[in-house]
Amino acid sequence: MSIALYRVDDRLIHGQVVVGWGKPLNARFIVLVDDSVRSSDQEQELYRMGVPPDIEVVFASTAEARQRLSEWERDPRTGILVFGDIDTLAALAANGHGVSRVNVGGLHHRPGRSERLRYVYLSDGEAVKLKALAAQGVEVTAQDVPTTRPVPLEDFT
Amino acid sequence: MSEPLRGVIVSHAAVAQALLTAVAAITGVNDALVPVSNDGCDSGALTERLTRAIDARPAVLFVDLPGGSCLTSSVRLARGRTDVAVVTGVNLAMLLDFVFHRDLAPADAARRAAEAGSRAIRTPAA
Repeated sequence: MSIALYRVDDRLIHGQVVVGWGKPLNARFIVLVDDSVRSSDQEQELYRMGVPPDIEVVFASTAEARQRLSEWERDPRTGILVFGDIDTLAALAANGHGVSRVNVGGLHHRPGRSERLRYVYLSDGEAVKLKALAAQGVEVTAQDVPTTRPVPLEDFT
Repeated sequence: MSEPLRGVIVSHAAVAQALLTAVAAITGVNDALVPVSNDGCDSGALTERLTRAIDARPAVLFVDLPGGSCLTSSVRLARGRTDVAVVTGVNLAMLLDFVFHRDLAPADAARRAAEAGSRAIRTPAA
């Protein structure tokens, strides 16, 4: 089944990912792509605590994720890949690297960002990067949970 | 006597506020707990909310789920500190016990609260 959801979410693994999406997708593994979490056993343990034991959690750096993306896409189980920012997404999707669709699930307020949706705040630079990815053929929509309507990129950038 | 513990309820949506309201309605104690919601927060913003709620006092953080953003921010804040402890699976029973045992050390209060909360989970015969 491979990766059913590529999600940008600055909370990384949390309830919406594990329960909101994980249940209806019947996800059997979750890949968390984040360089700082990858290098910290304490942080990994924190994120693992929120996941039922029958779901595998894989922690990867951005570089490792680029190398293993095709392996995860061939996995017969259903997976979710989550990362915390658009730069990580851009690195994963660079050179047509296999990311064809992206769910913007939660990017929250920070200095320099403005509200685009209730759960999506973007700087102008981040909006430009998303549009560039869309121009490369990546389908980008915003949707916090599966029961809401996916919002097309042009409606929030 | 040392300063009584502050309880900070850390939750999704309005669960924390609702629990605080219920504790006050049942006990009349309305100065022991502070609600914090993760609404609209990334981990940095939630940590700021928690820091304000703790207000440099000894505290127990009552987190709704044993995973997710409420937990990760709470544990990061408590890491390496003896004046802040974390309990997950907050319920009304543990809070009702906590507000009357705020003179304990944070870790002891957290353990006591966890036991009180666990005792409240039953499957009574109908």
